[in-house]
Amino acid sequence: MRLNIRKIFGNFLNDTSDKSWLYNFLLELGGLSKFTLQFFRELFRPPYEHKEFLRQAYKIGLSTLPLIGITAFIMGLVLTLQSKPVMENFGAESWLPGMISVSIVREIGPVITALICAGKIGSGIGAELGSMRVTEQIDAMEVSGTNPMNYLVVTRVLSTTFMIPILVLYADAISFYGSYVAVNMHDFISLRLFLNLAFDSLHFYDLIPAMIKTFFFGFAIGIIGCYKGYYSENGTEGVGKAANSAVVISSLVIFIIDLIAVQLADLFNIFLR
Amino acid sequence: MKIQDDISQFNPNDSVIEISHLQKSFNGLHVLKDLSLKVHRGENVVVLGKSGIGKSVLIKCIVGLIQPDNGSLKVFGKEISDMTLKELNLLRTKVGFIFQGNALYDSMTVRENLEFPLRRNKVLKDPHEIEVLIEEALRDVNLLDTINKMPSELSGGMKKRIGVARTLILKPEIILYDEPTTGLDPLTSREISKLILQIQTKFKTSSIIITHDLNCAKITSNRLLILQDGIFRAEGSFDDLKNSDDEWVRSYFKIE
Repeated sequence: MRLNIRKIFGNFLNDTSDKSWLYNFLLELGGLSKFTLQFFRELFRPPYEHKEFLRQAYKIGLSTLPLIGITAFIMGLVLTLQSKPVMENFGAESWLPGMISVSIVREIGPVITALICAGKIGSGIGAELGSMRVTEQIDAMEVSGTNPMNYLVVTRVLSTTFMIPILVLYADAISFYGSYVAVNMHDFISLRLFLNLAFDSLHFYDLIPAMIKTFFFGFAIGIIGCYKGYYSENGTEGVGKAANSAVVISSLVIFIIDLIAVQLADLFNIFLR
Repeated sequence: MKIQDDISQFNPNDSVIEISHLQKSFNGLHVLKDLSLKVHRGENVVVLGKSGIGKSVLIKCIVGLIQPDNGSLKVFGKEISDMTLKELNLLRTKVGFIFQGNALYDSMTVRENLEFPLRRNKVLKDPHEIEVLIEEALRDVNLLDTINKMPSELSGGMKKRIGVARTLILKPEIILYDEPTTGLDPLTSREISKLILQIQTKFKTSSIIITHDLNCAKITSNRLLILQDGIFRAEGSFDDLKNSDDEWVRSYFKIE
């Protein structure tokens, strides 16, 4: 049976006067897709802004290091303290470092780090480009014959794409230390033994899919933040909205990417095993 | 480049900007209804009109920031709507634009603000030549000492001058001023108006100046147009319009 899309969604699609949610959603999706295509077109087009890319990467990395460090430490500590009584009930206390390491590396580390970055970096990019739009700085770049997409968007998206995986590795390491501290609150275990137990449970197929998805998380945070900021309108109110929706949409997209990545990683694991 | 050849072969006696029957509407509101205008080489044309009447829309159409709905818009004899983005960007290096809010890049120093269009357009590659050009542009606006300052450290008048310097650095043949004296005190407004006049004399530029400021119009204009209801309702020199027989035209000058 052929589906008649217009018949099903007719009212939503035609109802543009009050901007139905479906109309807005499709408009947004179309805009974001077009923006992403534009990004890939500009990515290979000179001039290449190495300096600006490095500046953005430094800014993104350095500004989030303390926040991610503290969050990751608490994450490792709390996860261990919460899991310890359960593991004790099963007499599997010695498995605690292994279980924590797999949880952190495969899921908690990448997702929590990406969500923090969506909040801090995504909103920052949205607000920065948004205020550049409303103060006509982006227009000024255009009228001077330069391409703002190349200078502003490509550099920011590339830096989030490459910095998020590094931040995730950093968060994983700090979480391990948090977990080690938690274990030592009640028992004594040396750091070497803790790490041996933790890494014994980790495999190549735990790390690689988890790291690959962080590149996609970074890309999503960058491109959504840039898109919302670049097309921000209605003055300062629009800047706030751009920053807010950059966080909301990129957080949602992170979960969607994670869902897809988990399915693909399972396939990858079956193939490797 | 074809567009550069077109500009260099452009007949100096022709109008640098030629607009005919330009129309633009936003959400059903007709802002520009049937606008026609010719700007000659070396001429300063001032456009007066109430707020929100479409004056800025007109100059944004000229640089391709806004697409008109209908009509013809030629710059150096080339139709804007027929240009590719690459051609438009090349043309934009010959058409300077001074924004109402200055639009200085606030994450860059004054030096970097001026360097940016040069570096990105690959006008010059030698750092020494770029430095000389930056200093020359800042000297033209009497603000050489601000070279290492951030825009946030500058006053409104200084920001306006730096905006002018950033435009001048690409040696434009046309400059479009969007309310250059808005938000400035009378003394600084007068200085900016005089600067516009100096630029016209020194660089032989043609300009469209959008303003509410009658003093600025008086100082800078060779020709003055009044925009009302999407069309030019009056045209002439400042004194002609001020002493016009039409009461409506004279009403614009009563607040002087």
